[in-house]
Parts: sequence; C-alpha cells; structure tokens
Amino acid sequence: MTDAPLLAMRGIGKAFLGVPVLAGVDLTVNRGEAHALVGENGAGKSTLMKILAGVHTADAGTIELDGRAASFAHPAAAQRAGIATVFQEFNLLPELTVAENIHLGREPRRRGRIDRRAMNDATAAALADLGFPDLAPTAAVGSLSVAHQQITEIAKALSQGADLICMDEPTAALADAEVALLYRLVERLRERGVAVLYVSHRLREIFDLCERITILKDGRLVDSVATADITPDELVTRMVGRRIEAQFPPPLPGTERGEVRLRIAGGGNDYVDGIDLEVRAGEIVGLAGLQGSGRTEIAEAVFGIAPFTRGTMAVDGRPVRITRPRKAIAAGIALVTEDRKAQGLALRQSVKANARMVLDANARVHSRARLARVDGILSSLDLVARGGDQEVQFLSGGNQQKVVVAKWLAAEPGVIVLDEPTRGIDVGAKHKLYSVIRSLAAEGLAVLLIASELIEVIGLADRIAVLHDGRIAGELPGGATEQEVMAYATGRREGTHQE
Amino acid sequence: MTRVRALGAALQGAGTVFLLLALTFAAIAVVNPGFFEAPSVMAFLKQAAPLVVLAAGQYFVVVSGNFDLSVGALVGAQVVIAARLIDGVESRTVPVMLVMLAFGIGVGLVNGLITTVLKVQSFITTLGMLLVLYGAIRLWTGGAPTGDLSEAFRTPGRLGITGVPLIGQIPWALLIMLAVGAGAILLMRTRFGRILIASGDNELAARLSGARVDAVRTAAFVLSGISATIAGVLIGGFAGVSAQVGEGLEFTVITAVVLGGVALGGGRGTALAAMAGALAIEALFTLFNQMALPATLRPAVQGAIIIAAVAYAARRRLRPAPQPTAAPS
Repeated sequence: MTDAPLLAMRGIGKAFLGVPVLAGVDLTVNRGEAHALVGENGAGKSTLMKILAGVHTADAGTIELDGRAASFAHPAAAQRAGIATVFQEFNLLPELTVAENIHLGREPRRRGRIDRRAMNDATAAALADLGFPDLAPTAAVGSLSVAHQQITEIAKALSQGADLICMDEPTAALADAEVALLYRLVERLRERGVAVLYVSHRLREIFDLCERITILKDGRLVDSVATADITPDELVTRMVGRRIEAQFPPPLPGTERGEVRLRIAGGGNDYVDGIDLEVRAGEIVGLAGLQGSGRTEIAEAVFGIAPFTRGTMAVDGRPVRITRPRKAIAAGIALVTEDRKAQGLALRQSVKANARMVLDANARVHSRARLARVDGILSSLDLVARGGDQEVQFLSGGNQQKVVVAKWLAAEPGVIVLDEPTRGIDVGAKHKLYSVIRSLAAEGLAVLLIASELIEVIGLADRIAVLHDGRIAGELPGGATEQEVMAYATGRREGTHQE
Repeated sequence: MTRVRALGAALQGAGTVFLLLALTFAAIAVVNPGFFEAPSVMAFLKQAAPLVVLAAGQYFVVVSGNFDLSVGALVGAQVVIAARLIDGVESRTVPVMLVMLAFGIGVGLVNGLITTVLKVQSFITTLGMLLVLYGAIRLWTGGAPTGDLSEAFRTPGRLGITGVPLIGQIPWALLIMLAVGAGAILLMRTRFGRILIASGDNELAARLSGARVDAVRTAAFVLSGISATIAGVLIGGFAGVSAQVGEGLEFTVITAVVLGGVALGGGRGTALAAMAGALAIEALFTLFNQMALPATLRPAVQGAIIIAAVAYAARRRLRPAPQPTAAPS
C-alpha cells in the first residue's frame, strides 16, 4: 500500500459544450512531494485542478487516492478525501478571526458554547508548527496581508486533514518579500508529508520549489519529468512545442512606417511600471505576456480607464494627459476592449446605434461626414446581420466584435489599441479581423495589439514588447519564436530591466 | 423598407400596450356606446393629458436606468406654490409659471446630482425628495394650501379652442400633450436620446465610448422635473388646489411606463409606448367608471398591472438565449 502514490489521475478527459479541454491526461503526485503543473494559458491546468477539487467532473479517466479509486461529485467530497485547493480567490470570511476561519463549523465547544480559548490555543499551535508563530489567531482575516491570508487558508486545509494542497498561481498576488514566506511554507508542508500541487507560470519558483513537473499543452499531457532532468529553456520549449502555423495575411503593399504616433515614457501606476513604448504610424506593436502581467493594464492606462500616474504620454508628438476615456477619444485613441459584452456593446440596442455610439457620445469627433461613413465601415467588415436595426445581442460573437471595431473606426482614430480582439470568435471572423488590422496599419494608424494567443502577436506584430510582472521584460522583432517570447514572459530572461 | 421594419420592431416590442389600449376602448364601447362622441373623447384626453406628460418625463429617467418617485410630490408642490404666489392676481401668472419651471428644473437637478455624483440609488434619492417636498410644502402652508390660482393659470388645464366643427372644443391640454409627446419622441432620435438609452442598457460600454453618462442621466431627471411642472399646471387648472394634489401619481406614472414595455433598469422601450401606457391606464380607469366599479379598486389594479407587466417583460427577455461564447478554459 505504501508504494502507491498519494494521487494518481489517469486518462482524464473533459469537454465543455463539445469542445475538448482535456484529453488523456495523467498526473501522479507522491506524498510529501512538491509537484509543478505547467502549461500556457488554455493548456488545461485550471480545468484539471478543478476536477481534482470536485468543481468539475471528468468525462473520462480515473482518480486514485492511496491506491483506492475515488471520485468527487462535489467540492466537499474532495475536501473529505484530503484534497484542499487554494484558489486565487480565498475562501475566507474577512470579518472573522484567523482562528474562527480555521475552525469554521468545527469550533471546539465546552458546555455547549464555543471554547474560544481552546480554539485560539489550537490555532496558535498550528501556526507555530507551520513556522508562523507571530501570526495572531485573533486577528481579523480582512486585516491581514495576502500572504497571511494564504497561510490561514492553508492552515485551515491542514486542520481539515488535507494530504494534498493544490495552489493556483499562489504568488500572483504576493509582493516579493511575501514570496519568501510561501517558500518556507511549502518546505514545511513537505517535511510534514503533505504534497503540494503547484500551478504557476513562474519558472523560477518551479525550479526552486518543485521536485517534479507535469507539462500540459493544448489539453494533453506532454510529459512528467524530474526537475533535475530538465533546464528552464527546455521546459519552455516543451510547454510551447510546435504548432500548426495559422494563416496571417502579409502586410499590405504600401504600408509604410511613419512618425511616432503614440509615445509612452516611464509610464506607471499601481499595476505597471517603467513602461517605455513607441508605436509609429503604419506599425503594429504586439504586447505579449502571461495573464496578470499587465497587458490589459497598459491598454487601460493608455485609454484613461486606470490612467498612468507616472511618466508621460504623447500622441502625434503632442503631450497628452489621458485621465478619462473621453480625453483619450478626443486625442484620437481608440480601445477595442477585452470583454465585448460587458465593456463594448449596448446589447439591446441596434447594430447602427452601437456603431455610431462613439460619434454620438463625443462632440469632438462627431461629424456628418463620419456618420455617413458608418454603413460603409460595417459592410467593409463583412458584417452579417439582418440589418442595421437588429439588436446586437442576437449577433454571433464574431459579428458583435465587428460592430465594436466599427464603432471605433467611425471615429477615425490615429492610435488603436486592440485588447484580445479575437477572443471567442470563429475562424472566419478572426481572419477578417487580421486583415482589418493589416489595413489599419496600411492607412497609417498606430496599432497596439494585445493577445494571449502568442501566435497572433507573433504573426501580426512588427515588434513585440513582452511583459512580465507589470514591466516590459524585453522587446523582440515580429516573427520571433514562441520560445523567445516565453523566455521573457516567464521571467527567464530580462532584456531592458533588472529584476 | 427599413422604416417599415423599424415600425414593426417598435410595435413588436411594445405591441402589447397598443393592443391593450385598443381592447380597453373596445370594452368601453361595449359598456357605453355613447362614449365615442367627440365631447366625451375630448374630455377623456383632457383628463389623461397630465399623466401622458408625466409618462414622457418618467420615460427619460427609467430608460436611462433610474426611477423618479418624486414627481407626484413635485406636482403637488407646484400647484401649492402657484396658488400661494399668484394669490388670485392675474398679472402674476406668467412670472409664477417661470418660477415653477425653475423649481422643477432645480428639483430634477438635485435628484440627478445626488444620484450620479453621490451614487445614491435613484429609488432612495427620489423617495427622499418625495418626503422632503411633501413635508416642506406642509410646513410652508401650515397644513392647508392657501391662496388662489388665476384664471389665466387655469386655462391650459380647463379650457380649449372652442367652435371647432365636428369636434366642438379642442382642449389646450390635448395640444400640450401632443407637443410634449412629439418633443419626447424627437429628442430620443437625437444624439442625446441615443446616449441616454445606451447608458441605461450598458453604462460601462457607454462610458468607455466617451459618453457623459452622469450628465445625460441628470438631464433626464431635469426633463422629468419639467414634465412634472407642466403636469402641475394642467392638474391645477383642471382640478384646482387641494392638499392631496399629486398624491400617488408617481406610482401611477411608473405603472404607465412599465405597461408601455419600458424596461425597469433601462435600455429598452420607446417614449411613444410609455405615453401609450399612460393612455391605457386612464382608459382602464374610465372603463371601471363606466362599469361603476368603486374607485377604491384603483391601487389594487395598478399594483396588479405593474407586477404582471414586469413579469411579462422578464419572460420575454429570457426567451432568446444569448449566443454562447467560448468554452470555459
């Protein structure tokens, strides 16, 4: 019995709405092992973790715990079996104390009443045992740092008898000094024989902490290797792998790189810092980086949603201070937002009302001539709709996105920022948007393109700025390999800034 | 072609209210065939005009995603203010009307700014305004309204163009109602109107498109204040001064707007349908009168209508399932 691994998942498969997300994935974790689960965005890491946590049920495959078959129909079942998951959103009640959170629903009682002293003593002992004797059991969780909340969450899991703790990007919200606490905690857990499944993009942590690495790609298992047997560069190569080249249209003839249209110097705010970026007329600059690296935050700063608080910005050589979207629009900046339904469209209004919304809302850009061109813009995007009066909620995702693009093109911007323009849309619409992006460049716009699909950035951008932790880690020419981009994105390599 | 389709779409969205209006009139015709003589139809329209005017004002507020519960109290306050300030002196009529207009605009502005700048939910803001107006007027008048309206003031609500062939008298109230109605419909076709409805549909998208959402929403409250002022002139002229003027009108007008298919929460519905909702409610009440049902039944009917109309709208909205986007990853 003792040689059976703590956890053995075999042949796990899962599909959502008929789209396979995981197929034939194996994952084995031994007692007291720190095990990394890695892969690009969309590789299936989260889904696998959620299956383990009982949030999703696998369509195929088996799960064994200590050699015995197990299945979790519900998160509580996984918890009872000794599997605890620490998601990025903690499952703690901020108004209650550390001790109350840890013992929630299982409070020690004396004569029918909660025995606070026993509860606090037990908590203090448990925290000391984890190596955090100075964390007060009576502190309200809401007043703690993120790192201390994380420790509370893990102490809670341990007090419920967890043998395996899954951590989803545990350092994403931690300050550098706090990461050291987490390192200590993981060491301590391993000494106690508790296994840790560590999901992270950060290669350094993986190589520092984990003994073995399971690599996923496009929902499939690439390999499971001992950390000692692989170098960080090899790991990146295996995460990215070879992929079928998507068809990206070449730059249109006559596309010329002109003057600098957008210049950011030393841009920074709470999310990003030290951003130096120039986009010229006719140029497509890609922003690459992992989730949470600050891609969208740069777009939001440029557009005045969460403005830069440091540094300067200039459009067409004129210094601008963009503090609100209205000002960005007046300066000739457009932003095709990431979430078209929440941020881009008034879903119950007509195609036409949406397409002219920017013109309607901004006297500075409104003109009869531009209004007259709206229909032409919609048809040049090959919009498929029953007519201009159709409500946009009834359009397909791709056609909705075309309406969003149209409403910005109607304002004839000089700088256009596209944040995930092809997310969740069909292949045909994707290719249409690719060629639209090319023709915008040919018309002399400065294009800033954000996409989590690396291949899109590589295939379309003339230059790629790769972000890591809110900073530009390096700049690459268009057509760089995914490995090169990932090396910067994961913090393996630093081009322009020191860590 | 598109015009026809647009009309079709408008009727499809709000068709129910026009159907209800037609059915109610048909029922009235059955109960009292004599109703459809010109004088009694004109009398009906004269009586309905204030609610239609209020519905136009309330429509702007509701479609932008808010409520204005203060209109009933504002109508009452306006009538009391008019009586007190005019005090029977004819020459004061126009200056006092201007004071009322300024007061209506001021109340709308306060409602709007508290809602948008201080981020107090409009339901609470305007409920507070209702109570403030109600209390202030009673404090000012010592409980019973004093003073008198002038003849000129009462003309728009009471009289009309006389001697029109076939019809007899065309009430001023009807003409004012038509003018306000046309104004509301035209305003919704301007950039302001489109931004107003977009702000009610998706505030964030409107903001990110550069719309001054707070400004247009405040303007909607001001329009509602102006409509309450006009309604106050009509009601004061029609019914005279009493302490009860305007009471409960806010709920009647919201019922009317909802009956017109205007979505609470904003973003859907037309001004025309909102005003048709007001006519439909007045027609229903007329029908109850004709059937000699007690007037005390009205609040219950109003309550039933508002619940039924919102439930119906909710069901309709559920039916066309939104397009699924990407699979969760």
